[in-house]
Amino acid sequence: MDFSIIAENFDIYIDGLKNTLFLVSISLAAGLIMAIPLAVLRTSAGKVVQAPIRAFVYFFRGTPLLVQMFLVYYGFGQFDVFKESIFWPFFKEAYFCALFTFSLNTCAYTTEIIRGAIETTPHGEIEAARAAGMSTFLMLRRIVLPSAFRRALPAYSNEIIFMLHGSALASVITIIDITGAARIVSSRYYSPYEAFLTAAAFYMVITFTIVFLIKRLEVHWYKHLQPPGST
Amino acid sequence: MLSLHGYGPSIFEGTVLTLEVSFSALMIAMVLGIVGAMSKLSHSSILRTVAQIYTTVIRGVPDLVLMLLVYFGGQVLINQIGPLVGYDEYIDINPFIAGISTIGFIFGAYMTETFRGAILAVNRGQLEAGYAYGMSGGLVFRRIMLPQMVRHALPGFGNNWLVLIKTTALVSIIGLDDMVRKAAMAAGATRMPFTFYVVVAINYLLITTVSIYILKYLEKRYSVGVRRE
Repeated sequence: MDFSIIAENFDIYIDGLKNTLFLVSISLAAGLIMAIPLAVLRTSAGKVVQAPIRAFVYFFRGTPLLVQMFLVYYGFGQFDVFKESIFWPFFKEAYFCALFTFSLNTCAYTTEIIRGAIETTPHGEIEAARAAGMSTFLMLRRIVLPSAFRRALPAYSNEIIFMLHGSALASVITIIDITGAARIVSSRYYSPYEAFLTAAAFYMVITFTIVFLIKRLEVHWYKHLQPPGST
Repeated sequence: MLSLHGYGPSIFEGTVLTLEVSFSALMIAMVLGIVGAMSKLSHSSILRTVAQIYTTVIRGVPDLVLMLLVYFGGQVLINQIGPLVGYDEYIDINPFIAGISTIGFIFGAYMTETFRGAILAVNRGQLEAGYAYGMSGGLVFRRIMLPQMVRHALPGFGNNWLVLIKTTALVSIIGLDDMVRKAAMAAGATRMPFTFYVVVAINYLLITTVSIYILKYLEKRYSVGVRRE
């Protein structure tokens, strides 16, 4: 094994790292922002409103991310009407297609996570909020959502890791993320070991950094649940 | 109705291959999962450390990167070892083997955690009672551990299976003719990518939906003896 190849091409990996971090953070942010209202509707709205949300979640959780990405990147171009629309300049770019697919995918998973957390809100908390005369919106903002986020955090941290790992698929549609960088180096020097092991190391460092940060956040958020005197 | 321009049978072949990959990888994952869980719960600190490293590495690295590493890296490795043992021809690594072993290896780590939890959930006292009756270790495992372990393992196992099926889509990237790749070829020939990827998506939905129903039935069956709240 010869890791000097990696040292010489390190800037490709750094570009890849930037792309990976950008794709993952934007998708997660967009997915989360869309997931909150969807989860609220999913727990409170009527059947007619719930049906399309259910269908959306069912589709995105039941099919592979790769197929979803191909459907958007290759599939949308099948329709001439779409090609002439104002959306086409965006959807002909691989980068935008990856962002679009990842956001919807993580949104579907996050909707389910938050829905589960909202549904397990203790009845007493809701009754107390009602008794204090809060409107539904105020109750959501002050009582239901903050406590739901706390309960959702462990599952959501898994979702963040899944999104990071899923983002490696972007390399399949020509985007140079960390995996894409590894594929370039691998094929240029015929050195798959060095190239992919380096990529693996990058992902591991990111994964464990995220895990560490979430542990810190958990300590902060669950402070009121700790027995007095500890930590 | 959807017109597939005669590519229906080809997509069907791909679906069969997807199922073959899924089941083969599941077998490998279950074997690795049991070995991993036993190692994590064993008295040997070396086994525990190895199992810990295994599950940690898998959680930290994307499945696609592992698959490319096994496929391309394995290719180089085999052709370096080949001449050393007196085999001079170029050896092509079989993408089916590379695919199922990578997916099996990845999900073996997830199964390790599932089985470990399930083993820990079985009441110690019952195992001791088994030994007190003079049962051998194997008999205690078969009669007492296994039936109860299955119940605790099923929900986690089911989740792993559903994720595994979707992960098999990655084998299309290393050139295996699963349904995603068959759809890509049909899409290229007919210029109807949307149609074919939708068909593939529906196939995945069918497979996962049927799986969910079977898993629900099994969960019900294995918890017959348990009182529900």
